Amino acid sequence: MFENLILLIGITLMYSTPLVFGGLAGVISERSGVTNIGIEGMMVIGAVAGASASYFSGNPWIGFLAAGACGALIALLHAVASVSFAADQTISGVAINMLAPGLALFACRRFFDGAAMSPIAPKLPKILGEKGLAGTAYSSLNVNVTTVLALLFTVAMWFVLYKTKWGLRVRAVGEHPAAADTLGIDVYKVRYVCVLLSGMFAGFGGASMTIAIISQFTQTAISGHGFIAMAAVIFGKWTPFGAYGACLLFGFTQALVVMLGGGDFVIPSQILSMLPYAMTIIVLILFVGRSVAPKADGVPYVKGSR
Amino acid sequence: MSKLEKFLRGRFAAALMAVLVGFAISAVVLIAAGYNPISAFAALFHGAFGRPKYIANVFIKATPILLTGVSVAFAFKTGLFNIGAEGQYILGTVLATIVGVKLNLPMPLQVPIVLAAGILGGAALGAFVGWLKAHFGIHEVITSIMCNWIVFYLCNYVVMSDTFHKPNSSSALAVNPRSYTMILGNWKKSDAGKEFLSNIPWLREILLKTDLNYGFIIAVLIAILASIILTRTKLGYELRAVGFNRDAARFSGISVERNIVLSMLIAGAFCGLAGALAVTGIAPHTITLLAGMEGYGFNGMSVAFIAACSPLGCIPASILFASLIYGGMSVQQTMGAPSDIINIMIGTIVFFTALPGLTPVLANMVAKRRKDQENVRVSKDGTPLPEKEV
Repeated sequence: MFENLILLIGITLMYSTPLVFGGLAGVISERSGVTNIGIEGMMVIGAVAGASASYFSGNPWIGFLAAGACGALIALLHAVASVSFAADQTISGVAINMLAPGLALFACRRFFDGAAMSPIAPKLPKILGEKGLAGTAYSSLNVNVTTVLALLFTVAMWFVLYKTKWGLRVRAVGEHPAAADTLGIDVYKVRYVCVLLSGMFAGFGGASMTIAIISQFTQTAISGHGFIAMAAVIFGKWTPFGAYGACLLFGFTQALVVMLGGGDFVIPSQILSMLPYAMTIIVLILFVGRSVAPKADGVPYVKGSR
Repeated sequence: MSKLEKFLRGRFAAALMAVLVGFAISAVVLIAAGYNPISAFAALFHGAFGRPKYIANVFIKATPILLTGVSVAFAFKTGLFNIGAEGQYILGTVLATIVGVKLNLPMPLQVPIVLAAGILGGAALGAFVGWLKAHFGIHEVITSIMCNWIVFYLCNYVVMSDTFHKPNSSSALAVNPRSYTMILGNWKKSDAGKEFLSNIPWLREILLKTDLNYGFIIAVLIAILASIILTRTKLGYELRAVGFNRDAARFSGISVERNIVLSMLIAGAFCGLAGALAVTGIAPHTITLLAGMEGYGFNGMSVAFIAACSPLGCIPASILFASLIYGGMSVQQTMGAPSDIINIMIGTIVFFTALPGLTPVLANMVAKRRKDQENVRVSKDGTPLPEKEV
């Protein structure tokens, strides 16, 4: 029983990590007033970049950084469209979700002789090394280093958003860009930075799947994580810790699926797999009520318009 | 305003521009990867329109994305984002299969009942999402995505269940042949039909080598219906009023909650029909184990967006995307270039439809040039001026 509980915690943390990065990507972008539906696509780019860079350089940390950089690069498209061109952010995000998997697979096939998946790439370490806690009841608590990074980034984002001048500016731009503008805040610059950061976090999220949980890029490595992260952002009321908690809950239900699926339960695995999604809807009905988005979320800012 | 300027300010120019840029950027990607873009596009075009059966297949592929496109467009016009088209489509296929397997009535009854089952499934799922939004204020995007995955696993559950699983396969039992909606389905396989068709090679190719069905015709009718509902009926007026300004709609006595549910119900019904038509119209006439999302809902979004969310505009847009998707498969076969280039192209096209400012900028340039010319030649009263006075 106790061992199962520890295992449950370990799997929860493992599954929630890519979601937490995705959630942070959503929070930072939407707090600055730019809806980001393209998180899924940005995570896919991060996933392929992380695995490829780790494979070719032999250093998973280079893979991790490359994933963040490539995520930011694809987010630049979203930033140009939604900030500079005042485009429909939903459409731009959807476009990135279509573009990114195509780009990722295209790159993957070019790098690896037409294969739709990368070879096994070096993985990021676990916090206590490969053999830490091995053989003890606590071995599943030796989590991936990305799990810790995700928590650190969450704390950092909370600190920046709520305790620094720059964070106040981000929130002001997300709530009322025109007011922020009159105070001399460069709305466009703030939004650009936030969307690029969003892409970076999403890229990290993709890499935390392909060079930490599994060790290669596959077509299905990222399947819906970005969308679940989006749900977590709304569920978490657009705050870093809220999103973190929502992602943990989601990871927990997925861990439950894994644990229950391994036992002698009569519930078919397909029905069990619905659990995380059904749970999210139920939790939203029961506890959340009406969550309020940043006021200017999804509204392009055009200087001087009334 | 000159004709050119008017054209450039129109929606069609914006869509055309997006498509051209999509091709241009894919060409750049192809060149960067060492392929000849001209022959890639030639292969694409040939793969989509090179033979009668290819063209027939393009229309078959266009059917589901036209319906999901109309669904997304319809919801968008009423202020809702139906990202759940995918799930509504899958639920349509599941329910149509269940009913089609269990029921065996004469054709005139069987086909409508099977289609109705699919429509009902999609509509119920859409209405559920609408209800969650209207009564609990939960954003439709989240609930839609959750529902997509729930239905995804439901489909796999039905496929693997004892009642419906087809032994030694990864699919469910096929629906009864009386549910089929292929054009001249029985006749084309009869002796008389075969003999007749042997004289007309192109018709023979279309009918015998593809699953050409009534789906596209039905989908076009639905697109027209959606357009009429939106622009010509009281219902459509109320739906759009709620989408445009919720408070103003409520103030004028329109029930906002009811209309949100109704809009999603109708949008879901379109997707459910798309799913049902896929089961009745295309082999293997059943559902198979899903490994990932099929993408009909997401392609529907692309269709809707390039059509600027006009249901009628979805008709040409769906044919365009279907020809890209279907023709794209032959790019890989004939050139070895990854067919993922098509997804890059579609993504680029959708991306540029999001930039509405592009063609108006060109229109402004045209207008400016015309004005300059007018300044040169015309004085205030419109008479031409001699050149040197300027």
